[in-house]
Amino acid sequence: MAQPNNFGFGEEAALLKESARKFFAENLPTDALHELVASDPNPERMTQSLWKRDAWQQMVDLGWTMLAVPESAGGIGMPVVAVAGLTEELGRAAFPCPLLPTLNATYVLAACGAQAEAPLAEIVEGLSATLAVTNAQGSWDTGSTDVRYTDGKLNGTACYVQDARKVDRLLVSAHSDAGISLYWVAADAPGVTIDPDAIVDLTRDQAHVSFVDVVATPVFDDGVAALDAAMPAIWTLAAADMVGAGEWQLQTSVEYVSARKQFDHALGFFQAVKHPLVNVMIKIDEAKSLVYNAACALDNEPDRARQYAHMAKASASDMAGFASGRSVQSHGGIGFTWECFVHLYFKRQKHSQVLWGDGAWHRALLAEALLGTAA
Amino acid sequence: MSESARKDTPEQAEFRTYCRDWLADNRPADPSVRLPLSPLEIMTQEQLGYLQAWQKSAYDAGLVGCDYPVEAGGGGRNDCQRVANEEMIRARTPFFPNVIGLGMAAPTVLYHAQESVKRDLLPRLLSGEDIWCQGFSEPGAGSDLANVQTFAERKGDKWVINGHKVWTSLAHFAEWMIILLRTDKSHKYDGLSYFVVPIRSALGKGVTVRPLIKITGETGFNEVLFEDLEVDDCYRLDELGKGWQVAMTTLLHERGAGELQTPRAGGLKSKSTHATNTSNLMDLARNTARDGKTAADDPVLRDRMMQMVIREEALKHNQRRARVPALLDHPMRLQLQNKLLSSENSQDIASLAVDIQGAASSLYLGDANAPSGGQWPMAYMNSYGMTIAAGTSEVQRNILGERVLGMPKSK
Ligand SMILES: Cc1cc2nc3c(=O)[nH]c(=O)nc-3n(C[C@H](O)[C@H](O)[C@H](O)COP(=O)(O)OP(=O)(O)OC[C@H]3O[C@@H](n4cnc5c(N)ncnc54)[C@H](O)[C@@H]3O)c2cc1C
Repeated sequence: MAQPNNFGFGEEAALLKESARKFFAENLPTDALHELVASDPNPERMTQSLWKRDAWQQMVDLGWTMLAVPESAGGIGMPVVAVAGLTEELGRAAFPCPLLPTLNATYVLAACGAQAEAPLAEIVEGLSATLAVTNAQGSWDTGSTDVRYTDGKLNGTACYVQDARKVDRLLVSAHSDAGISLYWVAADAPGVTIDPDAIVDLTRDQAHVSFVDVVATPVFDDGVAALDAAMPAIWTLAAADMVGAGEWQLQTSVEYVSARKQFDHALGFFQAVKHPLVNVMIKIDEAKSLVYNAACALDNEPDRARQYAHMAKASASDMAGFASGRSVQSHGGIGFTWECFVHLYFKRQKHSQVLWGDGAWHRALLAEALLGTAA
Repeated sequence: MSESARKDTPEQAEFRTYCRDWLADNRPADPSVRLPLSPLEIMTQEQLGYLQAWQKSAYDAGLVGCDYPVEAGGGGRNDCQRVANEEMIRARTPFFPNVIGLGMAAPTVLYHAQESVKRDLLPRLLSGEDIWCQGFSEPGAGSDLANVQTFAERKGDKWVINGHKVWTSLAHFAEWMIILLRTDKSHKYDGLSYFVVPIRSALGKGVTVRPLIKITGETGFNEVLFEDLEVDDCYRLDELGKGWQVAMTTLLHERGAGELQTPRAGGLKSKSTHATNTSNLMDLARNTARDGKTAADDPVLRDRMMQMVIREEALKHNQRRARVPALLDHPMRLQLQNKLLSSENSQDIASLAVDIQGAASSLYLGDANAPSGGQWPMAYMNSYGMTIAAGTSEVQRNILGERVLGMPKSK
């Protein structure tokens, strides 16, 4: 199957992206974000789950959490390319909420077919969810989990669970008689303990979640197959978030170096300042083009989607690291302070950079696909 | 169906089929001579003759200048050059020799010359019978192009030209030159005017062409000296003093950001030609022994190759995204990156190829044992031509920082 030239990014997608941008800007401009999440600079602080529940409820009411739920399961079934547009805006606003985790869980559930009807129906009703599929080593291999399902109960610990304290449901991968299978469980079910991680990023929360004899609903036997099928979409959305955040970093840095004067010139006059910011723009644009290409492939050319998603995530991860570094450096001393908003995005980007695999990890897998396994 | 065929208009779809059929029967046989990596290094009449015959046959068949008006020797079609290009690249044809003519002179002449001049000059330009060159750079005017000093003095309805152009690609084969001249010494930008001038017919009569030798040992560019060359006023493009604005039309098209799609063939992959793309790069790695394995097994080289694969793919989709306004942050943001990225990508691919070859990268064209005939070290050296010509990478970054990001102008 071929891809449409415009990535399938039609009017509806453009409208969604635009209204998302407005929504985030109105509901949480950067100064309000800073006030909300950065009240406690203590490096030994325990991460709190700081977010605007009322805004989240509006997002749910707008239908954004069921965009990726297939129409057959009662959702909106928007193409991935449209969801990527929304996610780019989410990243631009660094908006704290469980939208990405919910979308990620949705893509996994959608890959489970008819058996996931009940969990998908809950997402359509407005419940949020996150994936609890990562082990203590933080491996991104879909076949590694420290949780076990025996006699109808989950036991063990899932680590690096994103926004665990904001969600209603957990989609858990666990060893079972069938291999590795998927389970659906309420975040407040008896036996579930959510232990927050103290993390660098202020715009998210993260936790390790332990299960002690937790009664859970089996969703799908071949969990690795479902996770593998959903990963390209998950990588693509993570990359879209970084692209949006990168654009904020670029615009903010450009504004600063155009306003601040030293040596009788606005700083952007100096090429040692100007050219690296141009390079940031180039890296953002590469990542952005690759994001929309991967998203479009997920909609139209599924057999190429995995490779394209590796490219998008690798490119966006490297860009996020680079853009973050430049954003602090080009602000000088003020960029090194807690007071300057730049740190919010720096921290979100460093988190996204490694989440679901960093650049080198994705390139190694891409090399497997293009060059075969190394001798 | 190919990616692009999906969105063809009826005219494009019909034309695509036509091109494909024609190419199936008329793609030229491989040449008996070694072809250079690009038209800018054509050195001999044999190379030129082979490539000119190909351009002429493609022109006669309607694959060159499809979107130009019929009066100017074009096909009068609507957005069909893109289609012809895709089909010629797909068919792995040779490239066209008249690159400067097609990419820079033709759109400039079309947009700015008198009707009679267009009708007179464009057909033979499009067919490749007349090779064109570009006389912009001078010893004192490189990146600072507006510092051009070659002077045109008015004498009735003629102009008398004196001065010195340099780095003039293809001047040794050229019939015509597009030229940026000074007509007023008191204004830097507004003192410039733009002309087309004859070269071949004026050799020894006011024009001298001297070849310069490139870093690779190839020729391809030249010095061009003007001594009292007389040209008719009808060969002035646009108004007096508007040379800088006309030059912008040339530069935009040269950098792939112009309105008209440049006729482009190429992709010929015979034993003697190695395009700097990652598929050739990966083939090279698979076939290069390294420490008892192949270079394709080396984890560091694998990572570097994947970085290039990703950059190459990104550039492809930048070009696609440039046509989707809803996904653009600034109308020129992607177009203005094109030249910079394609030249730097080629350079980094060639550089990696040389690293993959290891010790064998020391062998050059004349060595029978040189892998791929020594083409990769040559491609690496030639890649600097592209990061210097048509506005250096540094100048491109200035343009992007200033025009797209709005940062203050550097001197
Ligand atoms: C293969 C090849 C083919 C060419 N063909 C043609 C042709 O057909 N017709 C033609 O007219 N010209 C041609 N040129 C000339 C080309 O356009 C010039 O070489 C180019 O514009 C650079 O000018 P320069 O060589 O004088 O370098 P300079 O301008 O002297 O630059 C030297 C170095 O300084 C840097 N630099 C200069 N100014 C700045 C600045 N403001 N900020 C930061 N860095 C700066 C440059 O980037 C470069 O690295 C060709 C060049 C090459 C290499």
